Amino acid sequence: MELTGAEIFVRCLRDEGVEYVFGYPGGASLHIYDALYKQDEVKHILARHEQGAAHAADGYARSSGKPGVVLVTSGPGVTNTVTGIATAYMDSIPIVVFSGQVATSLIGNDAFQEVDAVGITRPCVKHNFLVKDVKDLAETIKKAFYIATTGRPGPVVVDIPKDITAHKTEYHYPKSVSLRSYSPVTKGHSGQIRKAVDLILQAKRPMIYTGGGVILGESSKQLTEFVRLLGYPCTNTLMGLGAFPATDPLFVGMLGMHGTYEANMAMHECDVLVAIGARFDDRVTGELSKFCPHARIVHVDIDPSSISKNVPVEIPIVGSVDNVLRDMIKLVKESKQRPDKAALQAWWKQINEWRSLECLKYEHSDKVIKPQAVLEKLYELTQGDAFVTSDVGQHQMWAAQFYKFDKPRRWINSGGLGTMGFGLPAAIGVQFAHPGETVVCVTGEASIQMCIQELSTCKQYSLPIKIVNLNNRYMGMVRQWQEFFYDRRYSHSYMDALPDFIKLAESYGHVGMQIDKPSDVEGALKEAFKLKDRLVFMDFITDQTENVYPMIAAGKGQHEMQLSPCHRDTSAERELA
Amino acid sequence: MRHIISLLLENESGALSRVAGLFSARGYNIESLTVAATEDPTLSRMTLVTRGSDEIIEQITKQLNKLLDVVKLVDLTEGAHIEREMLLIKVEATDGAREEVKRLSDIFRGRIIDVTDRAYTIELTGTGDKLDAFLQTLGKTGIIEVVRSGPSAIARGDKGLHL
Repeated sequence: MELTGAEIFVRCLRDEGVEYVFGYPGGASLHIYDALYKQDEVKHILARHEQGAAHAADGYARSSGKPGVVLVTSGPGVTNTVTGIATAYMDSIPIVVFSGQVATSLIGNDAFQEVDAVGITRPCVKHNFLVKDVKDLAETIKKAFYIATTGRPGPVVVDIPKDITAHKTEYHYPKSVSLRSYSPVTKGHSGQIRKAVDLILQAKRPMIYTGGGVILGESSKQLTEFVRLLGYPCTNTLMGLGAFPATDPLFVGMLGMHGTYEANMAMHECDVLVAIGARFDDRVTGELSKFCPHARIVHVDIDPSSISKNVPVEIPIVGSVDNVLRDMIKLVKESKQRPDKAALQAWWKQINEWRSLECLKYEHSDKVIKPQAVLEKLYELTQGDAFVTSDVGQHQMWAAQFYKFDKPRRWINSGGLGTMGFGLPAAIGVQFAHPGETVVCVTGEASIQMCIQELSTCKQYSLPIKIVNLNNRYMGMVRQWQEFFYDRRYSHSYMDALPDFIKLAESYGHVGMQIDKPSDVEGALKEAFKLKDRLVFMDFITDQTENVYPMIAAGKGQHEMQLSPCHRDTSAERELA
Repeated sequence: MRHIISLLLENESGALSRVAGLFSARGYNIESLTVAATEDPTLSRMTLVTRGSDEIIEQITKQLNKLLDVVKLVDLTEGAHIEREMLLIKVEATDGAREEVKRLSDIFRGRIIDVTDRAYTIELTGTGDKLDAFLQTLGKTGIIEVVRSGPSAIARGDKGLHL
């Protein structure tokens, strides 16, 4: 029996096992929406803006490991998703975006709602397609999912002209596809792995540095076994938090610009660095000429272009993190050589000295709410078991510092692109992927307003997300940089004319709270978590002057961290200066 | 260093812009780029000339390999190779110049492929250096139009770049 392109589209999603599609209808996608209407296996979630739909699919993918699916119309529908696509691209998140397109006869005519979707998204996708014949539709969709989810994952866009969704053909969904120009490596080179393990076992001051690749590659278990087997210190990037349990004594915290003092110092002083599924981002390395001056570096990554891009590597291993870690664990167990106990003991003594500085210490207050205190309390009350999404800025860094993630896929944030407005729509996707779980969106009054319309989506689908709004009436991170580097000229970083967030939340049918006393923080959080079936918007009025510490300023090395004012006059600070 | 990178690409719309877009997005140089279909109509062969340090060339080849439209890639400058570029040039050929231009063209083993009473059109093939030398010899005066193809290149020996 022949089906229309629109029917084929829906059947493909069903046969691909897609549960949810996040989208927004429009002219060019009307045939598809009609086909969606006539079935109930693939559920469509209506966002309030295409950017929200893309972030929701992204949050769904990050928290579940399954690809997120987006469906939008042509023109503005697809341009509105570009921020979401770029966000997913920078963090290697598997999403598949289907965009309607004007009919093939109109392409290139500047037709109504026409945009060159393939051209506009080309620099921020893993791959994209324009379907020119209904006979190619099913195979193209299969290819899109295959490309998005294999190798180094990433977003794929499929642009479908309206007439293609009306044309008919036989439906056949291929079980698998192969592309002659695409065959992601999985196994690492055994000789390289052997060399790496030899070096790792000889280390006197080893350091294991892991990133989002460990989470994407579902290899937290292997990483944890590997690190514990060796007894070496482990640090995670912002994207890698949760890959290794944060409460494990071998964990030295996040590294990088706002990482811990001990993680960054250990990076700087280590003699063997094992980088796994991480990409030596500039926010991690600090000034490259000062990066890891003593280290011989092993780098495991599925993407060869990540290796030796920023930092030259002695032993590159291209392969899936999962496979390579399994091989390394086996070799470590088989090897006669054991880690150098005495050296390791001395190394841990040094690390614990750095640790004893308590670099995340902040001044407590009983007059004004300290944002860090809210996150500490949030961690305590959720017992570290919530899914936490965040927007971008100070609150994001504090959440990363103070919420100790013991499990992967619990920390959902836009690390690479740094997209304000990501947190709330991402939380929507997370809640759909994990209906019974606690989902918290940590945000700020600036970020939340960038996708605030999604509060309506939350109402429509009864999503009981808890929003922790750290409201300091500033774009906090911008203000912090202006304070440090622009002589306190707070150019346009003040959030004037803020809405009344309680009324705003209530007008969308949610519960709003404002908390301005430190003594009310715990009670408010407890009350909010009791409201299990409601979205609660908690507007915490926090200290306007608080900054994120410690910090590696631009041009500084990892060993040149600036500590918070409550460390001033300590010996460490003098040593740093 | 100058590198000649040879690619087999899917012969599909968009493949060329993926390659060109990669170079502009990442700030790499393209000195020249030629592309045409091969004996297998599903494949195009591209010859790309670029300049960069070893690290940059390594990144360029890795990033190109990452593109789904790139089927095979080789940096020809890593081994012995032959490089040819074609020049089509229209030159004024009147009075005394008529004989002189013909003589120079012969010396460079060019071929006159079109003649009017005022001009010659000459075809010349060789390395980029040879074409440069010919242009220099002609001098600026008298040149009506210059078209260069950009280099095509192939490795020496009996091995080829194919699937």
